Amino acid sequence: MTSLPREPGPKKLGLVIDLDTCVGCHACAVSCKEWNTGGVAAPLTDLDPYGADPVGVWFNRVHAYEAGDGMGGRTVHFPRSCLHCDEPACVSVCPTGASYKREDDGIVLVDEDLCIGCKLCSWACPYGAREYDGDAGVMKKCTLCIDRIYNENLPEPERVPACVTACPTSARHFGDLGDPDSPVSRLVAERGGRDLMPELGYRPVNKYLPPRPTRGGTDSAERGADPLPPEPESGGGRFLRWLDATLSR
Amino acid sequence: MQPAYSVIFFTSASGMGYGLLILLGVLAPAEMIPDDRTFGLVSLGIALGAVTFGLVSSMWHLGHPERVLLAYTQWRSSWLSREGVLATVTYAPAGLFAIGWIGIGEVVGFWGVCGLAAAVLAGFTVYSTGMIYASLRPIPAWCNRWVVPVYLSLALFTGALWLNAIRLLFGHPAADASLVVVATLLLSVSLKWAYWRYLDGARAGSTPETATGLGSIGKVRLLDPPRTQTTYVTQEMGYRVARRHAAKLRRYASVLLFALPFVLTLATVATHPWIAAGAAVAAALSGSVGVVVERWLFFAEAKHVVTLYHGAEAA
Repeated sequence: MTSLPREPGPKKLGLVIDLDTCVGCHACAVSCKEWNTGGVAAPLTDLDPYGADPVGVWFNRVHAYEAGDGMGGRTVHFPRSCLHCDEPACVSVCPTGASYKREDDGIVLVDEDLCIGCKLCSWACPYGAREYDGDAGVMKKCTLCIDRIYNENLPEPERVPACVTACPTSARHFGDLGDPDSPVSRLVAERGGRDLMPELGYRPVNKYLPPRPTRGGTDSAERGADPLPPEPESGGGRFLRWLDATLSR
Repeated sequence: MQPAYSVIFFTSASGMGYGLLILLGVLAPAEMIPDDRTFGLVSLGIALGAVTFGLVSSMWHLGHPERVLLAYTQWRSSWLSREGVLATVTYAPAGLFAIGWIGIGEVVGFWGVCGLAAAVLAGFTVYSTGMIYASLRPIPAWCNRWVVPVYLSLALFTGALWLNAIRLLFGHPAADASLVVVATLLLSVSLKWAYWRYLDGARAGSTPETATGLGSIGKVRLLDPPRTQTTYVTQEMGYRVARRHAAKLRRYASVLLFALPFVLTLATVATHPWIAAGAAVAAALSGSVGVVVERWLFFAEAKHVVTLYHGAEAA
């Protein structure tokens, strides 16, 4: 049923992405591709993979942006995936019931057996989270690794999305954003976590932590272009000392 | 947005078909158009034929057309599903209306009510088509108050062009039917120009700053895209070819859709019947090509906010 849950449960599983610590290594994207090409949405088809113009399905893609100018400017690495919105228009536009939002944990999923491949959901998503698999003729998207997070065959610490385990700088945090006391919710509160394009009203569950302010950009700015350090008064060898003394007369 | 040919043909052909069906369903029971059976056969045949051709062509772009029946299930939430349900339901009264008119030769009483019901349902079908686009918030060029009225008025106008052509081919006097053409033309041209004015004046609601949440640092520019080649999203949502030629294509659309049909329709009023019929057919053909150009432009001019993540400065 593509109507949204009438009484959404209190639990809202999602990701908190720290743009301060993300180094843009793409490990999350690669790990996501690796896990999910064998998971519930498998395969994440690649067409012409070794050819001149490969195109394929990825659930997670890492952009890099420049924000601001001069000393206050930053380079920000920016992973982008499904935000598992509270108001997912991608779900309500679906004519067949293939797209749905789970009542229990808020995860937005596609039932590939019901998908007719009309692509309307991808038009309805402002975040580019849905990628059509032209080979399978169905829409695919991030599942928040439902086949990991509830997987009792995995050791407890590994029951998180693949992108989270892969991140070498711990820039990705997984948890219940519906619980105000959860570690992820506290992180969002402390660091001023943000919604992407809040003006569209999709109310994303995933939050982005903005980069911390730079440490007073001013001293280095005042210094300007550093001149070479002054020559030491002493040192430089006997000959140079003599030359210096002679020339200074 | 990448123009999907199947959707363009669908909305153009079924729009014309439903427009014609609305006019027939209202004007025939009101006895404002001739009720002879051959005329009913040809005009209803063209209307339902165009609708059916459109509906079938809309399935070309599906990944799994064999599952299309599932699309009837989500009418509570989805305008696309509602469109499918309404399009199918419309066939029932339209079929009875056709039986009455063509089979029995009756267009009033019960059969007339069927015609009116078909007209109302056809109107709601076109309305849902418009709402599919008008409800997509990530595409500001579609999500505005002009889109649904433009879809409705163009359906009526292109339907009226064909009604006029059929009437003149049957040798019926044209003055009042031409009046319907001119009235719907004026309505369509005003709405379409209002839409284009709106589009040119619209301020971007979303920016790279709101898309990334990095606006507090300063202006946001894409440094590295998350891909080496194109992706489904950049192909489907980042289509730019026609935007460069938008002004020229708007002129073509205006000439084919509005200017030529206007001149040709005026030419039908006072001349020899065969010249009049030829002019009306030419007007209908020009309008039909024009509406395809207009629909193509409707897609190609529309920017999707996801392009903000891929280097667009406004959407």
